[in-house]
Amino acid sequence: MTDAVVVRNLSKAFEDVQAVAGISFTVHRGELFGFLGPNGAGKTTTINLLTGLARPDTGSIRMGGIDCTDRPRAAQHLVGVVPDESNLYPELTGFENLCFCAALYGLPKAERRKRARELLETFALAAASDRKFASYSKGMKRKLTIAAGIIHRPDILFLDEPTTGIDVASARQLRQLVAELHDRGTTIFLTTHYIEEAERLCDRVAFIVSGRIVRIDTVEHLVQPVQEKHAVRISFATTPGDLQDGLSESFPTLGFTFAANDVLRVESDRPVRVGPLIRFLEEHGAEVSEARRMRPSLEDIFVEITGIEADAMRGEKEKKGGGR
Amino acid sequence: MKLWTAFWNILRKDMRTYYLKPPNISWGLIFPLAWTGMFFVRSGSGLESIPVLLPGVVAVSVLFGTTSMLAVAITFEKKNRSFERLLLAPVPLELLMLAKTTGAILFGVANAFVPVIMALFLADLSELAWGAFVPAVFLIAVASTFLGLFIAVAVSEVFEAQTFSNFLRFPMIFLCGLFFPIARLPVFLRPLSYALPLTYGADVLHGAVHGGHSMPFALDFAVLGVFCVGLFAASLANIKRKWIA
Ligand SMILES: Nc1ncnc2c1ncn2[C@@H]1O[C@H](COP(=O)(O)OP(=O)(O)OP(=O)(O)O)[C@@H](O)[C@H]1O
Ligand SMILES: [Mg+2]
Repeated sequence: MTDAVVVRNLSKAFEDVQAVAGISFTVHRGELFGFLGPNGAGKTTTINLLTGLARPDTGSIRMGGIDCTDRPRAAQHLVGVVPDESNLYPELTGFENLCFCAALYGLPKAERRKRARELLETFALAAASDRKFASYSKGMKRKLTIAAGIIHRPDILFLDEPTTGIDVASARQLRQLVAELHDRGTTIFLTTHYIEEAERLCDRVAFIVSGRIVRIDTVEHLVQPVQEKHAVRISFATTPGDLQDGLSESFPTLGFTFAANDVLRVESDRPVRVGPLIRFLEEHGAEVSEARRMRPSLEDIFVEITGIEADAMRGEKEKKGGGR
Repeated sequence: MKLWTAFWNILRKDMRTYYLKPPNISWGLIFPLAWTGMFFVRSGSGLESIPVLLPGVVAVSVLFGTTSMLAVAITFEKKNRSFERLLLAPVPLELLMLAKTTGAILFGVANAFVPVIMALFLADLSELAWGAFVPAVFLIAVASTFLGLFIAVAVSEVFEAQTFSNFLRFPMIFLCGLFFPIARLPVFLRPLSYALPLTYGADVLHGAVHGGHSMPFALDFAVLGVFCVGLFAASLANIKRKWIA
């Protein structure tokens, strides 16, 4: 069985920016592969290179067994693309847009109309099917753009930040649709800057920063090192006095860091017994308001590997995307 | 069959969204009318001069109709990124661009027949050699569409496309022997005339309408054909170089 996407040493520069700097990866058939990275990391550029909208400076690309290195448009019949910005025709209705996109892939008329109705139904857009695309809300536009990307049932689907800039409910609905497509065997290449999204959906994840892949692995493997760590977060009602030294002396197997004045993070290689800990703290005059076991996540690993604060990454995006 | 479906639907969508829009249709009607009227007033002549003016008015209608439509159908779609959708489709680039230009060519040909139909009511066109006239109109439409395509690919804003094509269109009207014979142009401008596709189209139109042409029809058609192929090939090369960069 051939792999869906095989990329070797791919790079691409624009005037003064090295957008993609020698990346290599393989996406297996039927896999949901995540590309996770901050703004300007080179995610969209990678998609453009793979889908024939840009020509690589170096490297090779194979898609569905077809060598696309010198013929960037050779595998387009296999591919569906959902770009980061909706690029459908504003003056056509939702239904017309979908039928037009299906026609580009040569679907016969009856099938085009059937598929278009089906997808409008699936994406809860049936009521808006005869309205012009220009009048759609942001979330509706996103959904129709995704529908247009899958209307020809592509083997390999590229999704560029599908949930950026839409509300929580729509984002959840979209993730569910992506998961369903994945279950039906579509190979999916998904870029995102939402770590939880990658964690929830993807089989494997590549971290990309400044055009370079810093790590690729299955989500399980990625979170394993932090999985084995046990962490507890203790919040105080009032800021306690200096407890650090006393704590380290009394609990030598635990690591303590104050994340803020009133938040203590406790780490250990074994499960943390919180009872004695809280008793100790209360005896020393601290007033504990909450103790919570932390679920280790991809976020911790991402921060550890890339040195990029996940919150900073998200914050920047929200300004651009208008929130999720 | 699949490719034909794609071709036909691209063409149909462009016709519906651009070419058959009421403002464009009326523009296609008013423009030739205005030109015709202007030349009557200027020349101060009567209906007998219609055959002399007809080739110029026909060629100008085609030229303006085709080039201005392409600025919208291509530059605008490139700008709002919907053109990417076409580039992502499994359709050879040649066929894709033919689909995007066929609408403009048909629009140009339709525009050409507005003044012709008007002239049929006003003047005696029984001498008109339709066998040369119709293919010439078609080839002028193709050549000026591909000229518009060339411009549309070279620029990135709709207004640039319009400015650039005006920069070419207006001198062309006066250099191509449409309204005054090339022989009356200053000697240093004449080589320029012969470098423009419209010169050869104009020559056939003059010959077909009132018998006054300066080159053999076969040569005119051959040169026009070469311009069509050359402009299309150059545009495609530019698309490959600039849009899939
Ligand atoms: N057409 C272009 N011309 C010049 N520079 C470009 C072009 N496209 C991308 N770049 C640059 O390449 C780098 C990578 O951009 P890219 O769009 O691939 O990032 P991204 O990971 O998709 O970011 P985002 O999360 O913001 O979408 C950026 O520095 C960007 O400025
Ligand atoms: Mg991007």
